[in-house]
Amino acid sequence: MLRYTLLRVLGAIPTLLLVIALAFLMVHAAPGGPFDDERVLPADVEANIAHAYHLDEPLPKQFVRYLSGLLQGDLGPSYRYRDYTVSELIGNSFPLSLQLGALAMALAVVVGVSAGTVAALRQDSYLDRLVMACSMTGISVPVFVFAPVLVLLFAVKLQWLPAGWSSASGGARLVLPVITLALPQVAYIARLTRASMIDVLGRDFIRTARAQGLGTLTVVRLHALKPAMLPVLSYMGPAVAAILTGSVVVEEIFGIPGLGQFFVRGALNRDYTLVLGIVVFYATLIVLLNLVVDILYGVIDPRVRYR
Amino acid sequence: MKNRAITVSGTILLTIAVVALVGPWLSPHDYVSTDFDRVLLAPTIADAHLFGTDELGRDLFVRTMLGIRVTLLVALVASFVSLVIGVAYGAIAGFVGGRVDAVMMRFVDTLYALPFIFFVILLMVAFERNFLLIFVAIGAVNWLDMARIVRGQTLSLREREFVEAARLTGVRNRRIIFRHIAPNLIGIVVVYVTLTIPQAILVESFLSFLGLGIQEPQTSLGALVDAGVNLMEGASWALLFPAGLLALILMCFNFFGDGLRDFFDARQAN
Repeated sequence: MLRYTLLRVLGAIPTLLLVIALAFLMVHAAPGGPFDDERVLPADVEANIAHAYHLDEPLPKQFVRYLSGLLQGDLGPSYRYRDYTVSELIGNSFPLSLQLGALAMALAVVVGVSAGTVAALRQDSYLDRLVMACSMTGISVPVFVFAPVLVLLFAVKLQWLPAGWSSASGGARLVLPVITLALPQVAYIARLTRASMIDVLGRDFIRTARAQGLGTLTVVRLHALKPAMLPVLSYMGPAVAAILTGSVVVEEIFGIPGLGQFFVRGALNRDYTLVLGIVVFYATLIVLLNLVVDILYGVIDPRVRYR
Repeated sequence: MKNRAITVSGTILLTIAVVALVGPWLSPHDYVSTDFDRVLLAPTIADAHLFGTDELGRDLFVRTMLGIRVTLLVALVASFVSLVIGVAYGAIAGFVGGRVDAVMMRFVDTLYALPFIFFVILLMVAFERNFLLIFVAIGAVNWLDMARIVRGQTLSLREREFVEAARLTGVRNRRIIFRHIAPNLIGIVVVYVTLTIPQAILVESFLSFLGLGIQEPQTSLGALVDAGVNLMEGASWALLFPAGLLALILMCFNFFGDGLRDFFDARQAN
């Protein structure tokens, strides 16, 4: 187990480096610099600015500087929010996005697994067809279509829930954003669970458990759930990536001052360091989460350790 | 049952495409003309404003149809880019095999884990928002599935008797690839292209929704949904028509691709 874990951790390092290098190169391959405005600056001023931000150094040296800064948690200064560093901006806005994403993920797993299990137990019934039809809809319809339609229905027409992000509305302001963020993942997890649950329920050890006279619920809870969860577990990495992507849209629509909103602002303002920093941050997060999932996989399913 | 899914979704898609092509041409309105006497008009047949008008009095029916054209065009071109990259990459990995294959597939696994959409946005920030770049970026994002599938298929085809026979009779590698392996890949490639199209549509409309994609006065379904969000409290039609059509198109492509895949699977099983 220790060897397996170590191998996984070592495997993640080149991935991380590749990701950071890719993002860094993309930004620096761009024509023009971050300070190219309509206003033409005197040459020496321009040279001074370039020097202050180390833009006059050769690219490999800039990259090494960026990497060593990164190791110390320093992602450089923001080009547009002049008084903040990128790390400060991320540190201030990420907790909100994390809260949103974690709630959405929890909701997605609970609802998705339950719906998928029910559909698998009643395979080919009307209930099953209904769950699958809903799930296909959930997979097809993008978050930025769901979100405004839900706002229109529940906030504008019915006025049950707040549409925006004011502190006056308390916890209720979380309801719509979390639901919208979770919906596509609910749909996907339901499909995954149904397929793997049907597969597991057909195995011999389930028949044995049934033959012992155990009820359906007990069989599912004690015997079928764990093996059926493996595909769902390996979907967690992509799910986190999808929720991060979705949170960009959700934060934009509901006016939530999270990391996603900074990302879009940064992209629209061409704030190179901020966008680069957030991409590196997101990518690192995902690589690390995938690592955790890999290791968990080894814990739950011992077979993968000896491959 | 499966064939019905293919026919129904195919028919809907074809109808939408034809209306999007012909509709603007039949309408008395165009997509840029503003009319400040007819701002935020609800859908009406009388004025031929079938989907109403926006806050500048532009006809939303024509704009939506134009948006569909752009969305479909981006999707087709992007899918083609991903097709070329994915098939080439997968076929090389599968055909060469061994260590090359292992390295190439490890690289794909690495890329799989990344939030690709963020890299597309990074590209958009680094290079000016360029319409051509949207195509290429989306295509460059979506080739991973294709590469995996083509590689798997090539790997199994390579070991088949007819390839062995061709090799024995002294046929060159090049000819084996083009005459014996490529034709057998077409079916599965077609299926996965139809499943790539909705993904490409999703990426394009996501970018346009955020204001990073297509720029005014040009439009796409994503950009129209974005505009609709700002108008929805007084003029829900500005949101509902483009949002509904986008959802419908995506669902039809997904059903179409799924149906096609089951159809091919069934044929292969027989």
